[in-house]
Amino acid sequence: MHGRPRKDPKPEDAAASVAKAEKLRSLQSQFLSNHHKKIYTNEALEVSAKLLEVNPEYYTAWNFRKLAVEHRLSQSDSDPDSIKSIFSEELKVVESALKQNFKSYGAWHHRKWVLSKGHSSIDHEMRLLDRYQKLDPRNFHAWDYRRFVAALMNRSEVDELRYTTDMINSNFSNYSAWHNRSILLSNLLQRKVQGFFPKEVVLNEEYELVHQAIFTDPDDQSGWFYYLWLLDQTVKADAPLLVSSWPARDSNLIILEDQCLDDCALSPFNTFHSDSGTFPLIVYFNQAVEGVNSSTISVESVLNANSELTWKPLSTNNSPAAQVWVTYLNYPKVDVHSEAYPVEVSIGHSGGIISSSGFHYSHPSRFAFKVFARPVKTPIGHGGDIISWQDGNFALYETSPEEPNPTISLDQLNIKDDNEKTSSEWRAETIANEIALFQELLSEISCKIGKLTLARLLKARDLLLSPCANKMVYSEEVINLYSDLRTLDPPHSQFYKDEHSLTLLQQITSTRESLLRYCFLHGDGTSSFIGNSMCLRLNNLSLSRMGSIERLLWVQMLDLSHNELRSIEGLEAMQLLSCLNLSNNKLCGFTALGPLRLLKSLKVLDISCNQIGSHSIDTTRYLCSSPLCHTEEIDWGRDETVTGDVNLANYWEAFVIFRGLSLTQLDIVGNAVADEKLKSFLVKIVPTLKWLDGGELH
Amino acid sequence: MGELAAEKHVQYILSVEKRKDDLISVAMEHLRMNGAYWGLTTLDLLGKLETVDVDEVVSWVMECQHESGGYGGNIGHDPHILYTLSAVQILALFDKLNVLDVEKVTNYIAQLQNQDGSFSGDIWGEVDTRFSYIALCCLSILHRLDKINVEKAVSYIVSCKNLDGGFGSTPGGESHAGQIFCCVGALAITGSLHHIDKDLLGWWLCERQVKSGGLNGRPEKLPDDTENGGISDRPDDAVDVYHTYFGVAGLSHLEYPGLKAIDPAYALPVDVVNRIFFAR
Repeated sequence: MHGRPRKDPKPEDAAASVAKAEKLRSLQSQFLSNHHKKIYTNEALEVSAKLLEVNPEYYTAWNFRKLAVEHRLSQSDSDPDSIKSIFSEELKVVESALKQNFKSYGAWHHRKWVLSKGHSSIDHEMRLLDRYQKLDPRNFHAWDYRRFVAALMNRSEVDELRYTTDMINSNFSNYSAWHNRSILLSNLLQRKVQGFFPKEVVLNEEYELVHQAIFTDPDDQSGWFYYLWLLDQTVKADAPLLVSSWPARDSNLIILEDQCLDDCALSPFNTFHSDSGTFPLIVYFNQAVEGVNSSTISVESVLNANSELTWKPLSTNNSPAAQVWVTYLNYPKVDVHSEAYPVEVSIGHSGGIISSSGFHYSHPSRFAFKVFARPVKTPIGHGGDIISWQDGNFALYETSPEEPNPTISLDQLNIKDDNEKTSSEWRAETIANEIALFQELLSEISCKIGKLTLARLLKARDLLLSPCANKMVYSEEVINLYSDLRTLDPPHSQFYKDEHSLTLLQQITSTRESLLRYCFLHGDGTSSFIGNSMCLRLNNLSLSRMGSIERLLWVQMLDLSHNELRSIEGLEAMQLLSCLNLSNNKLCGFTALGPLRLLKSLKVLDISCNQIGSHSIDTTRYLCSSPLCHTEEIDWGRDETVTGDVNLANYWEAFVIFRGLSLTQLDIVGNAVADEKLKSFLVKIVPTLKWLDGGELH
Repeated sequence: MGELAAEKHVQYILSVEKRKDDLISVAMEHLRMNGAYWGLTTLDLLGKLETVDVDEVVSWVMECQHESGGYGGNIGHDPHILYTLSAVQILALFDKLNVLDVEKVTNYIAQLQNQDGSFSGDIWGEVDTRFSYIALCCLSILHRLDKINVEKAVSYIVSCKNLDGGFGSTPGGESHAGQIFCCVGALAITGSLHHIDKDLLGWWLCERQVKSGGLNGRPEKLPDDTENGGISDRPDDAVDVYHTYFGVAGLSHLEYPGLKAIDPAYALPVDVVNRIFFAR
């Protein structure tokens, strides 16, 4: 089917073809007849052998041969020679089939089947493989078979590693060999096999090897992908770590009932408006983990009994693992002279928190904060009033010097022992060396993958450095690299744009000063702004992706309008969010709003002027929890009484997204899907809605 | 940019359906069930499924079923999980899933699951993540995922994840776009996409696009799929229904006008999938 030239057959070829077809047809029907009648005579075997020689894809014939072997074995008298000859015959059939098509699944599997019966020797199989791999070093069937034989015959991983070294040295462009090498080394490093521990020595040698490949031919992909794997091995933090939390370490949290600050000395970064009697405690890890519960995290305070706390993973697909977890704590009785109630959170003191790759949270940490609860005199603000996002409703927030730093992150690493210290130093040194090497290379040649790798190295270095100095320095260089790449490599421009957005957000959230430039007080446009809600305004920044959310957990009002967002992944962590503006972005479907379903505080949502309903293809269809991916059910009986006679199949996306939200205000105009029918459907399934597209509902 | 010669493709597919006696058709008779799925799905994407005689197709499909519950590639051929999925997909296209003995088919598939969560293609034991996808897709369409151990099936697939973010046929197998489709589709159907490093795999997949605009399956291999009346693997090569299907499906994903949307996980038109999951 692949690689056959297109041409009109000449008359004599056409006749020959018809004859061939006749012959093949008769062979095949003869075969099927033998097979159905279970005839295993020598003649029948001949027929199957002939068939497989010309048509090795005829899978039923391979089944027949196995049945024939079993039949003959049961007839023969355990004579080792006759058994050997039975199997040898099978291997001959395999080899002749492979001559016709050396990618035939049926042929390779038949060979494995014969071998698993205890026939043939490792040397013989290796010689066969050498032959095939010389013919085509990328034949993945041969590589798979090689792994199968090596496992079956207990060939050492070190020997197999040596084989990949030979293959790579004879030709750097052998992706299959590099791939195999990465698998073997992963296993050897993970099991800390003698000669492969500590990993630093091994990785240094691998860097040497891959440099040769990359510098010999910078356009060949094999070396570059292997390099990415090496980089990952170098920087990855296996063990899960706590990255940030809300309330933040050492903060003073002030809970306000009703919506107004009556004391302008209070900082909007650590006040929280609540009327539910509880506030969230959010913990944010560096990777997805399971096992967060009241025995693995303990929360000590007079406000709650630790054992009664239930922790919930913020996963958009209902999986038990998540990067961000939340629980709810009671706040103290609201009192003008309210004392501070201390809360201490301990994590990792008993085992149980475990990452998806099986690593345990192993660095016990503690952080504490204080909680006050204050009443307010007269409620001003958006009890039921409509929120407007116009520029006139915002005033730049002016901060006082004693303002706490909202971007504070937890200490990431308590270096426990010498091993870890050396490891950490080696990591930093290796990255620094690689950065220097690529900076030099790129000063001489312009190479897209080189620039991308350098950007990744710079980001890796950023990640390793403790969360203080010098982050801005590298961010600028990274942003410039991605801008260069968008010109150099237009087909992947969207990817570079995403990376650019992420780096920009890192820059913005890295210091108090930079962040405050985007903090505004929000008011109703008429009165002064004192005592009003604060909004983080990240509009008009050409953002195609959201990031740095671990530093934005304190945000209650967020303006992301006039950007280029296609997805809002990660937003589910922003548990305090009550007002969100996503208008004028590139959201193509309701399914892209999946993360919002985890935002229980969300009241005001603007998704106007997006592209919902303009596309025939929904690229976030499977990134949203739904019956299609078996993470959610629709209860037809119950749900249809709510929706009435609407055909749920037509509005299922809107249904799964909006039915869980308790919005008071929604803007949806400017999307192709937003017709009257949809709007009345939404009004039905969101009974708390007061404002729709600026109009008051009754 | 050229145009899609929709009418020509329809005629091409219908002609393939009629043809049974030429050399190519005889040599491929063992995978006619797959060919039927490719051809019929393409017709549906082009909005022309009604040009085919549904009763004829359905009765032929049912004749390919074995006592064990599985389907063969053609009448008289042994059952295999590959053709079982195609059979179920064809019936789904025509909204004729009700002709199935669901217990029988789902038992056949459930029995093919191994201890480690993987699936064999048939009783002869070949293991491949393609078969994991097939089992999950098929049982999902029939609403019987409860018959297998889904958690183990997922963890087996995840064990085939490679360091470039892609997936191979078995643990340690090299990443290949075809296997990746199967593994990502399986993870999508089971709500397990969080196991994938989207950035890493996305980048690897984008690197499959070569200068000509075509896509290869692995690094440094040749790109596939070009079109005329029927679509071939590359320009100047012979056309076949397999590449016609993938070409049209690809165009559907790119929102090419005049084509129905295709569901990326079930590889069936979106309206067929919605009918299976969202109709009462």
